[in-house]
Amino acid sequence: MPSIEREIRSFIVENFLLAREENLGDNDSFLEKGIFDSTGILELVSFVENRYNIELEPDELVPDNLDSIASLAQFLQRKLAAQSAIPEMSVPAPSVQSGL
Amino acid sequence: MNATSAVSPDILKIDAASETERITANIRDLVFKKLRRKGAVVGVSGGIDSAVVAFLCARALGPERVLVLFTPEADSSADSLRLGKMVAESIAAPSLLENITPILQAAGCYERRDAAIRQVVPDYGPGHKCKLVLPDLLSGDRYPIYFMVVQSPDGKSEQTRLTAEAYLGVLAATNLKQRTRKLVEYYYADLKHYVVAGTPNRLEYDQGFFVRYGDGAADLKPIAHLYKSQVYQLAAYLGVPQEVQNRVPTTDTYSLEQSQEEFYFSLPLKKMDLCLYGKNKGIAASELAPLVGLPEQQVERVYNLIDAKRNATRYLHMPPALVEPIPEI
Repeated sequence: MPSIEREIRSFIVENFLLAREENLGDNDSFLEKGIFDSTGILELVSFVENRYNIELEPDELVPDNLDSIASLAQFLQRKLAAQSAIPEMSVPAPSVQSGL
Repeated sequence: MNATSAVSPDILKIDAASETERITANIRDLVFKKLRRKGAVVGVSGGIDSAVVAFLCARALGPERVLVLFTPEADSSADSLRLGKMVAESIAAPSLLENITPILQAAGCYERRDAAIRQVVPDYGPGHKCKLVLPDLLSGDRYPIYFMVVQSPDGKSEQTRLTAEAYLGVLAATNLKQRTRKLVEYYYADLKHYVVAGTPNRLEYDQGFFVRYGDGAADLKPIAHLYKSQVYQLAAYLGVPQEVQNRVPTTDTYSLEQSQEEFYFSLPLKKMDLCLYGKNKGIAASELAPLVGLPEQQVERVYNLIDAKRNATRYLHMPPALVEPIPEI
């Protein structure tokens, strides 16, 4: 079962880093690294909602939850655990094809 | 806020008279000598920026060498045309009205936009109005994620977060408006052997608040170096009609009234202006914060957002890329 961190990293590398030779640490700020523009953030949110079959509330769309691989993974683990008592670090099967 | 700032509240104050002289000399030199054209087309929207550019061009070239163009469309506010006409009358320049709605309809602008909106608001249709908004950065540390505000025919408003696909669909369709306006401006520029004067202020130019080959296209941009509050100072000096000076800046792109800060800057323009100046001059967030009236952490956040926006919109300023330079040109 892939870790949430690995899935997020893979999504970002495939959709945003593309040919850019950049190292992205788990705690690097997406904003400071300039990974996303306004469209990119929406793509990230859509990916997360579709992949983990959750809905993000407006007050959850904050940098504390979304601004690095590590913070997003931790947020998702908390959200998934609270939502359906799924054990931490496990990932549900994809409900929707990812990638925009 | 009790703290006082070491930064002068007059940091954005300019000598409007000498700045006007400098810009008008520059316009004359560009139009007549470098670009070798006979005058300037100015698309006037009823807003402060295009009004100031029209006034400056009239001073520089003579009002008879300025063509003021009004290009309203179905979603334009009636005020835009009324105030635009007021500007043209004030400078005694010839003006033309070209309603671009038929061109936009033929290009499918409204249909394509509505189809994109229906991806997130399925019952969106005739009688509905819409606008794109960003969250208010002042209300907390939030991501600049766009929401669509839709007003149904019975007046009820709902706010829905956009998907990336819907956002890009709305943007691609509405960008047809700015590109069509530019198409019409260049038609008249060709017809009269004029240049097209662009109207961005520094905040818009720096932060990429324009459509590539739409309102971003122009032969000269005479106020692109001026902060928004400096544009207001020039407007007062030049005698731009008071009603135009008092108007809240809007995008005039969506059927619901949309302020520029809702759509792009997410902070009141005065604060955004000061933050951009502070960042450009290397003023520490802690020094600037009392003057802006924001906590230091918030100013720091705005500084970071300015960089993020510059990175995201850098390509808008780039000329078409060539595989190798052509030295003969």
